[in-house]
Amino acid sequence: MARTPKKPVADEKNAAAKGDADRLDAAAQKGISRRCFLGTVTAVGASAVIGNPSRLNAAGEFAGWPNRFGMLTDLTACVGCRSCEKACNEANNLPRPSTPFDAASVFNDKRRPDAKAYTVVNRYEDPKDKNKFIYRKLQCNHCNEPGCATACPIHAYNKTPEGPVTYNEDLCFGCRYCMTACPFYVPAYDYESALEPKIVKCTMCYGRVKAGGIPACAEACPTGAVTFGKREDLLKHAREKLSKNPGRYIDHIYGEKEVGGTSWMYISGVPFDSLGFPTNIPNRPLVEETKGFLSAVPLVFTVWPALFGMCYAALRHRDEADKEKAETEKNEEVINNG
Amino acid sequence: MANGTMAKTENFRSWFMDKLLMGMTWPEYMRALITPFNVVAAIILAVGLPLIALRFYVGLSLVTHSSNEYPWGLFLGWGLFGGVPLSATGFVMATAYYIFGFKKYHHLVRLAVLTGLLGYFFAVVYLMTDLGRPWRIYYPMGVAFGTASVLFLVAWHVATYLTVQLVEFSPAILEWLKSRRIRKWALRVTIGMTIAGIILSTLHQSALGAMFLLAPGKVHPLWYSSYIPVLFLSSSVYAALSMLIVVSALAARFLRDKCGKSFLNNLPRLTLGLGKGAAIAIYVYFAIKVIALAHDNNWHLLNTGYGYWYLVEIFLLVLAPALIYSLGVRKASVGTVRFAAFLSVFGVIMNRINISIISFNWNLPNHLQNIIPPWKEVAVVMAIATLHILIFRWILNRMPVLREEPDYEESH
Repeated sequence: MARTPKKPVADEKNAAAKGDADRLDAAAQKGISRRCFLGTVTAVGASAVIGNPSRLNAAGEFAGWPNRFGMLTDLTACVGCRSCEKACNEANNLPRPSTPFDAASVFNDKRRPDAKAYTVVNRYEDPKDKNKFIYRKLQCNHCNEPGCATACPIHAYNKTPEGPVTYNEDLCFGCRYCMTACPFYVPAYDYESALEPKIVKCTMCYGRVKAGGIPACAEACPTGAVTFGKREDLLKHAREKLSKNPGRYIDHIYGEKEVGGTSWMYISGVPFDSLGFPTNIPNRPLVEETKGFLSAVPLVFTVWPALFGMCYAALRHRDEADKEKAETEKNEEVINNG
Repeated sequence: MANGTMAKTENFRSWFMDKLLMGMTWPEYMRALITPFNVVAAIILAVGLPLIALRFYVGLSLVTHSSNEYPWGLFLGWGLFGGVPLSATGFVMATAYYIFGFKKYHHLVRLAVLTGLLGYFFAVVYLMTDLGRPWRIYYPMGVAFGTASVLFLVAWHVATYLTVQLVEFSPAILEWLKSRRIRKWALRVTIGMTIAGIILSTLHQSALGAMFLLAPGKVHPLWYSSYIPVLFLSSSVYAALSMLIVVSALAARFLRDKCGKSFLNNLPRLTLGLGKGAAIAIYVYFAIKVIALAHDNNWHLLNTGYGYWYLVEIFLLVLAPALIYSLGVRKASVGTVRFAAFLSVFGVIMNRINISIISFNWNLPNHLQNIIPPWKEVAVVMAIATLHILIFRWILNRMPVLREEPDYEESH
């Protein structure tokens, strides 16, 4: 289990991770027992009858899967070695890029994850010191309530209880609404493929995590800039770092609250918008934006037929009344004339 | 025996000439096809259709500049988001005629339903050109259900509504084919179909707007609003009335010999009526637009580049057509009303393109350069639009849409 001593956090988290994965598996196997289900139904029914406003207010909130894993990127520790890119490329059997992984020339452009790379590292000038650079690793942030999964009409996306957001290309018909919805511009599309185009994005090494391992990038990082662990633990760890080194970090954990929280979080020495992070996004999950609209749908289905059916009935009624009136007048005329 | 076969062949030939060649023989028909319009159409198709075919050999990158930041381009911006509101004609006119009893508009109901039917059909064609794997189009209906997705709702509703409109239009097809019994059955479900049309249209017109609710950081705040579903629905009402004025004007101009006498005689009066309705619908839309702006308190954004463009949209492409409509109705000038209709149709398309293309990703570097479409994407759009017009004309030439079939005239 012991790896290089350079990354104690990763190791510690790895050990914890394995235990948690086992427990999660056990829970999944057990499923929800009937007793548990009946208990819940009774409790919900009872609270509805007795009326417990505080509980009712809590209903419908999803606080995220308990014990899910996450990642923490310490942007002050990243040295731009691109070991993570290389490890990711190998672990996921992606095509080898034309420029080698140790070439610094790639930093001349701002790159993004695409159909051939799940993750890229970009270089930014340090706004505090023009002679220094800050490196930012980019990949899927694995939101707690992902916009891509909300957008997908075929349920090709899944937020796994372990934390990674997975994508199933066997279901996808390529509408690319997930790309429109992703606030981080993460999902990439394989526009070059004629018959089997698909979305490409980081999987947080779901297979490895499920098997008790840690994602390839975290394993490869020589400086401990990318760490893996339970999201809760990572949050505590990040807060600790922030409070112990107020000069080194700004007081913001990116991903703690953004779009309802993400599994991948970041701490930085400079404001996040100077590193190209989107900062104009809401703190609530994107699914909240469309909930109101979707809840109106059944209402339209029930109220509209009644409303417009009544309009039609009124029209028929008026037609009949007109006809009757005309007939009566005609009869009266006949009587008067007679 | 031989005589029987010959008679059958003769029957088929006369049926074929009557129904498909509009009473002409093959040589006559072919000669009639060579017109300047058809030559231009053929050139456009000769460029665009091979591109669509090649896309399935080379990949989407051949025909679209869609990228990882810009997943959608003209196919959806123009074809789906722009096309669907203009296709609300069927639902708006069927509601006005069958439910609210605007009886004098019966000359226009079939044209409205056909405009809607073809509009939706071609919206689906544009969508399928844009989809990565269009042969999976039925997946949301049968394979896996993304019930939290607004697009799931749109997929189901567009599919259902396409069917509803086909049933609504079927009497015209059945009269053309002289199938009395099925026609009777098709007429019986009219009211049910109309109400189903209202439900489906209310929901998916607004859902097309609601789709953008998932992109709060990407759509410019002046166009992003929690009112966007209502704005899409209410603009589809005046879009439909305007589109019907445009289509009926074009039909009366270019297919005059296919129009019935009562259609032509009534059209000016009906155009003024539609114009009055459209003006009211635009005033309603304009009011909601201002309420949305006030609701989000975005006044300060008006004094920016995007703000000026927004003002151009709501004054020149929304309020101005409404005022021109009002003027035309007051002066009883059909030409003025038709001009307002063209401007409104353009305004609605512009609004959808503003939301899905121009203001989408407004904060990315070089945004305005990124959204300029390449010629191949434009060529494909032109080819599909041309196909749309040709099929529309093919139907108007043959089926009783602009005129009434003599045998069925009394049965309205």
